[in-house]
Parts: sequence; structure tokens; C-alpha cells
Amino acid sequence: MRVAVLALQGAFIEHEQVLQKLGVETFEVRQLQDWQQPKDALIIPGGESTTQVHLLNSLGLLHPIRQAILEGLPVFGTCAGLILLAKQEDGHPREGLCTMDIDVCRNAYGRQLGSFQATGEVAGIADKLPMTFIRAPYVHRALSPEVEILSEVDGRIVAVRQGHQLATAFHPELTTDHHLHQYFIQQINRLSA
Amino acid sequence: MKEDRQALNRQLAQMLKGGVIMDVTTPEQARIAEEAGACAVMALERIPADIRAAGGVSRMSDPKMIRGIQEAVSIPVMAKCRIGHIAEAQILQAIEIDYIDESEVLSPADNIYHIDKTKFDVPFVCGAKNLGEALRRIAEGATMIRTKGEPGTGDVVQAVSHMRLMQSEIRRLVSMSEDELFEAAKQLQAPYELVKYVHENGKLPVVNFAAGGVATPADAALMMQLGAEGVFVGSGIFKSGNPQKRAAAIVQAVTNYQDAKLLAELSEDLGEAMVGINEQEIELLMAERGK
Repeated sequence: MRVAVLALQGAFIEHEQVLQKLGVETFEVRQLQDWQQPKDALIIPGGESTTQVHLLNSLGLLHPIRQAILEGLPVFGTCAGLILLAKQEDGHPREGLCTMDIDVCRNAYGRQLGSFQATGEVAGIADKLPMTFIRAPYVHRALSPEVEILSEVDGRIVAVRQGHQLATAFHPELTTDHHLHQYFIQQINRLSA
Repeated sequence: MKEDRQALNRQLAQMLKGGVIMDVTTPEQARIAEEAGACAVMALERIPADIRAAGGVSRMSDPKMIRGIQEAVSIPVMAKCRIGHIAEAQILQAIEIDYIDESEVLSPADNIYHIDKTKFDVPFVCGAKNLGEALRRIAEGATMIRTKGEPGTGDVVQAVSHMRLMQSEIRRLVSMSEDELFEAAKQLQAPYELVKYVHENGKLPVVNFAAGGVATPADAALMMQLGAEGVFVGSGIFKSGNPQKRAAAIVQAVTNYQDAKLLAELSEDLGEAMVGINEQEIELLMAERGK
């Protein structure tokens, strides 16, 4: 199994380290040439979503990545990654990969002083998962019944799945609990079987 | 500071990695920076080149001006306070700044003590010329480090020496035996625990950016190749001929810093770079402030 990690900006090394610990091979995607390698899945890391969208556009990566996800490539987005996957922001269409039927709120908890840690349940994956929210978004609502809500913290949706697409508002790559990455690997195996 | 705040503040810096933080003086410049792909902006009344030209005492910016920039963009907004100026830092925390730069670019308010940054909830980035300085700032609570390249000069030479020195000092610590670390801590004038961390991990416990004198995509790529995890660009953008284009080119150069062919394309037709002044021509070495 080979997982592509979008390495345009942000905390991509942290994802690579978790996957390597779990015995999964990774490679970084910094430009189109990297993307054209064979892959079984994609991870979109945390970072600044505006920066990542800008770079996806200027490097000509936006369309090919979007196309691959629409064709069924398993994808896991965290924080900025969740924003990039979302079709809407505050009820309006947004620029990005736009492959998930969710409406997101960016910087939903305010500035850095609003960043926090929590522990929450993720349905069918973990009972008590440590969650780190850094200037985090949350999901206002699902835009289609295909979207499964996996976790809520304080009444806000923070983890969702839509078929082969998984997204969290928090950063599982920053904690030592790897349940979500393990779950994602299982999904890749299941989908390729 | 509660331990979880310290962790969250270090983690925000992790999210900025691979990105470019740009100095801006107006909401309009902030929007240009955001559109060009900046991962954060540094709000200040005068960019370092102008601070240098104006001389006199240079202080924290007007909070109203900083608020204007906070309202203009959705990316993190940083601002500078003077070295040791606890009250300026408290004011910046009160307006919910995302990161405070306790900066040698402004006139120091204290010639001996830096701010005890563990007393704050907002994060701090501090400059460092070498490993000892970096670890002292981290012990005081800094959750991000940057080089102290000469601001406002457009001359990258100082940032290069600081980054090279720090990386070589890190490699030296890694190669030491454990019983040598106590003496190393003494020589570095840094806490033993932090020295031990660097010995075991081969890196600082916080993110390390390049800052000072970065003016071109090639400068940014150079700093990344030398081990920087991201880049601050101060006067280099808005003192140049075509800020939009230069800013976007530097953002791309940081992502693909090892691809010389792409760097060549990015370096084309950027208009005039900031004129710059050589290290030898400047009377004031800001890097010597706060050690």
C-alpha cells in the first residue's frame, strides 16, 4: 500500500510519521509529477486552507486530485483538509476540491486563544479519542444523507465520512492515538479488496 | 502557562510549516498577501526597511491598525512587541493576536530580561542566532523560533549564518555521548532538559523558521535547503516592484524548494527586487539585541 500525502504546506510530515509507524509507505505530493505516481489513497493535512487552495491552483493539481477523488480514491482530510473537501462554507459554494457534501465553518472557534483539546467518541472507531483543535473548523451540516456523522463535540460536528472520504476538524496526526489512521488504512484495504 | 496551552501553541506553529509569513502594514497589503498564499501575516506600522530608515525608537503598532488587519484576512495575524516589554505583550494578547513576535526589529525595552512567556496564553515566536539563544527563548516559553537575519536589508547573509550555525550545533549535540551533555548545557547557557531533547531528537522542540533579508524565491529556497521549516518575508515583498507576483512566487518556491527548474520559472519577470543594503553598510546590527 502507498499513500500520497499532500505536502504543499502545513503539518504533512506528522501524517507521514504516523503512517510509517503503522507500516504504510508514503510519498509527498508537491507538484503534478509527484501526483502521477501510483497510489492507493490520499491524505490532506492541516495547515492554512487558503494557502493550500492557492498552491493547488497554481501548480495545476486541483483538477486532477478532484477527479481522482470523484473516481473513488480514498481520501482523509484533517482540519484544512476537511475545508478543502467541503462543497460549501457558511451556506455558500466554496473554492477547493469540493468533493464532500458538507457545509463548513472556518476558524469556527475564533483565533488561537480559542484552540483547545478535548476527548470524544468517534462512532465505531474509538470511545475516548484525544482531539486537538487548532483554529479549527467544524461542520455546520451534512448536505446529503450519504454523509455519516462520526463525532460531535459540544454539539458540533467534528468528524464525517462519505463513502471513501473521511474528514476531521481536529488533528489525529498530533496525538499518539492512531485509531483514525488505522481506520483509514482498513478502509483502503476494504475498498481495494 | 498551562501545559496544554504550550502544546497548542507549538502545534499552531506546526500548521504554519512549509509556509510564508509576510509583513504587512495595511489591510489591503494583508489581502494581497493572503491571496498570494501567505500562511500568516505580521501586522506592523512600518516594515523593517522603513524602521531602519526612520531611526528613533520603534514600538508596538497601534492596536487599531492591527485590528483592521485581523478583520481583513482569515489567516493567522501576528504582531511584534519590544524585547522585554511585558505590557505591550499583554495588550497584544488582549486583542487576541494569534502570535506575538518578541522582536529585535523594534527597540528593546529591556537590556537584560526577555518576557516570561510562560505567563501568557497566546504564543510567542522569538529570534535566535545560535542554538543557545534558541533554547533560552524556548525555556522562557517561546513556542516557535526564527533566525535573526538583518531585517530591512534584503541581504540574506545573516539568516544563512544563523541557520547554518544552529544546524551544525544541533548535529554536534546529537553526536555527543550522554555524559557530555551536562557540560554542553553549561557552554550553551541553556537548560539541560532542552539540550537532552535536541541530543535525542536531532531538532529543536519547536518549529524553526528563517527570517531577515529574504528577498527572492531563490533566497527562500536557500533557507529551506539549509533546514528552515518555513520563511518570514519582511520588507522584501512590499518594497519590490511587483508585490503580488513576488509574494506568490516566494510561496511556490518554499513548497518546491528543491526543484531548480521550477525555481527558474518562478524567478522570471518579477520586476525590481528591493534595493537592499549590505551588512557592512549598516550601522545598526539588530541581531545583537537580546541574547
